[in-house]
Amino acid sequence: MAEMKGADAVVQALEREGVEVIFGIPGGASIPFYDSLYSSSIRHILMRHEQGAAHAADGYARVLGRAGVCSATSGPGATNLTTGLANAYMDSSPVVAITGQVATPFIGKDAFQETDVIGITMPITKHNFQVRSVSEIPEVVRKAFHIAQTGRPGPVLIDLPKDMQEGTAEVEFPEEVSLMGYRPTYDGHPKQVREAARAILEAERPVILAGGGVIISGASEELRQLAELIPAPVVTTLMGKGSFPETHPLSLGVLGMHGRREANHAVTESDLLIAVGTRFSDRSTGMVSCFAPEAKVIHIDIDPAEIGKNVRAHIPVVGDAKRVLGQLLGVLGEMRRRERSRSWIEKVTLWKKEFAPELEYDDVPLKPHRVIKEIMEFLGEDDIVTTEVGQCQMWAHCYMQRSKPRTFISSGGLGTMGFGFPAAIGAKVAKPEVRVVDIAGDGSFLMNIQELATAVVNEIDVIVAVFDNRYLGMVRQWQELFYDRRYSAVDLGSSPDFVKVAEAFGAFGIRVERPGEIGDALKQAAEAGKPAVVDFVIERECNIFPMVPPGKCLKEVIG
Amino acid sequence: MQEEHFIVALVEDRPGVMQRIAGMLRRRNFNIDSISVGSTEIPGVSRITMTVHGDRQTLEQVMKQLNKLIEVVKVSELRQAESVVRELALIKVSVKNERARAEVVQYASIFRARIVDVAKQSMMIEITGDEEKLSAFIELMRTYGIVEIARTGKVIMARGARSVKVRETR
Repeated sequence: MAEMKGADAVVQALEREGVEVIFGIPGGASIPFYDSLYSSSIRHILMRHEQGAAHAADGYARVLGRAGVCSATSGPGATNLTTGLANAYMDSSPVVAITGQVATPFIGKDAFQETDVIGITMPITKHNFQVRSVSEIPEVVRKAFHIAQTGRPGPVLIDLPKDMQEGTAEVEFPEEVSLMGYRPTYDGHPKQVREAARAILEAERPVILAGGGVIISGASEELRQLAELIPAPVVTTLMGKGSFPETHPLSLGVLGMHGRREANHAVTESDLLIAVGTRFSDRSTGMVSCFAPEAKVIHIDIDPAEIGKNVRAHIPVVGDAKRVLGQLLGVLGEMRRRERSRSWIEKVTLWKKEFAPELEYDDVPLKPHRVIKEIMEFLGEDDIVTTEVGQCQMWAHCYMQRSKPRTFISSGGLGTMGFGFPAAIGAKVAKPEVRVVDIAGDGSFLMNIQELATAVVNEIDVIVAVFDNRYLGMVRQWQELFYDRRYSAVDLGSSPDFVKVAEAFGAFGIRVERPGEIGDALKQAAEAGKPAVVDFVIERECNIFPMVPPGKCLKEVIG
Repeated sequence: MQEEHFIVALVEDRPGVMQRIAGMLRRRNFNIDSISVGSTEIPGVSRITMTVHGDRQTLEQVMKQLNKLIEVVKVSELRQAESVVRELALIKVSVKNERARAEVVQYASIFRARIVDVAKQSMMIEITGDEEKLSAFIELMRTYGIVEIARTGKVIMARGARSVKVRETR
């Protein structure tokens, strides 16, 4: 027990959690917290908008697999965090947010910069806390990190009234916390695992569907062993991209609305779908009634609520992906396996050849395919790609091969334009030794472009690759295909000049108009010694294909 | 098949827990017909009884989504046939004359309801029972003119040895 100030207790509790970095912006209601932070070893990165802080913490968390921390003041600071929290919640990312709050006696009085952040963030956090006494601070922080980082991870918010930061009390730092209503299941039920193994042995056309849960639980090695043992082709969701090497002969790439044809075909024709750590989002399944119509579904997920929510599971296994796949490998190892016909693998391999996308375009203006290809060649397998949202994201999703987990960071569930750049900042802070490239659209980049100042001032040298078509391209594509080309509110016009914007912020900027210049521009950006923006002028009305139109089956691919 | 299901949830008694539950139910489009809350044998733990209309899948989703909330400690489904279901209602009936008064007193006695307040122009009756009993009594009272009704919502408890309890903590 020690007598200390609430704000000091928060900072000490964060240090005990191993927090090294906080992304945030101070304000009136969080000044005491920032005062304590001043004498802490924790690095604070001053962002330029709280949304950027939340996304940076999210990007950081996704790269390292442990909690990223962001901080904002009460009222507008807290409300600005919300998009980032909703984003982290949808993608199961462990983010801990600390918000200042008006002093307890002012709560409910509509005080200056007061907002009900607890009420606002209830549906977009895994849990949230408002500190009610100084002495409970260490326990609240321990619980917040425990909840954020275990089970199915997610964001947790701690609301800190100003008087709780300033007040003093005897505090004790607990090692363990017990939560009556929170005990995630990690091991799969042995009976369910055996049933899954039997179904695997009986299947003729098995397909593994790997989601973000494989990456979160670190199950890539088990997944590879299972795929090779069966053998079964592997498709991934957007969130699962990188969980299985896309260069592997059994990889069919990503499925879904803008998935690879071979992946969508394989799922549709499969007689057994082994879904691991995925929630069957509508963007992955297309119309549910014709999703994997002939398949028995094994659904492995740590969140019981995901089982049976969107797609019926014939064999549900609740548990952590890594542990359950390990159990499954064990059981399969003991069972007598029969020789499976190679015809299924041969069939999907033929599809893979047949549907290999053309990326070698020499067109001016640039085809995005070519840019993706060159960025892919420019990056090593440990380097990190983040994406904004829209066509740029889907070009990367569909065409860019990733072979390692935690190297493709994208806003999957919420689809947040403006995510990629601050997430890249967070990723680079997490892993300064690798290259980090944000695959951006001009529309998305503009939504958090102010973070160029953060990157420049803090020497966080990320590269923003802008796929510049001066359109809100994805909306334009839908208007072209489904709304008779009535381009309503999608033309972004001539402003800004991204090279000049970059330079004005103190970053490196370069424009690329010809395919021959792409490689050199990327090299210059990497060697600039500061954050860089590469403005790729692409064909304005280039679409992202293949595409499964909304409300259609995965096999009904156009383009 | 659409039918009425009873869900009992034990929750930590903390500020905002009802908002969490209500918000989740609304957000996920679940329809709750009745909900009631009260304390339990364990300090700090409240018991929520709710009735949900829907098919089996909806029921399972409601239960799983409830379970996902950190402050929800336990969620169980109780079958009406194996349980006792009760609701309490306070009903204020207008009694314009002596005859009406006498009749209301008689009905209350038949239904084993209690008269808890008597005024010149009205009476307040407390009645406990299952839904059918309460509805039948309320229907009878309409003849005299119902001024006000307050119902608690249903509570349910399994008969016999089965109970909804908090697991032992580590």
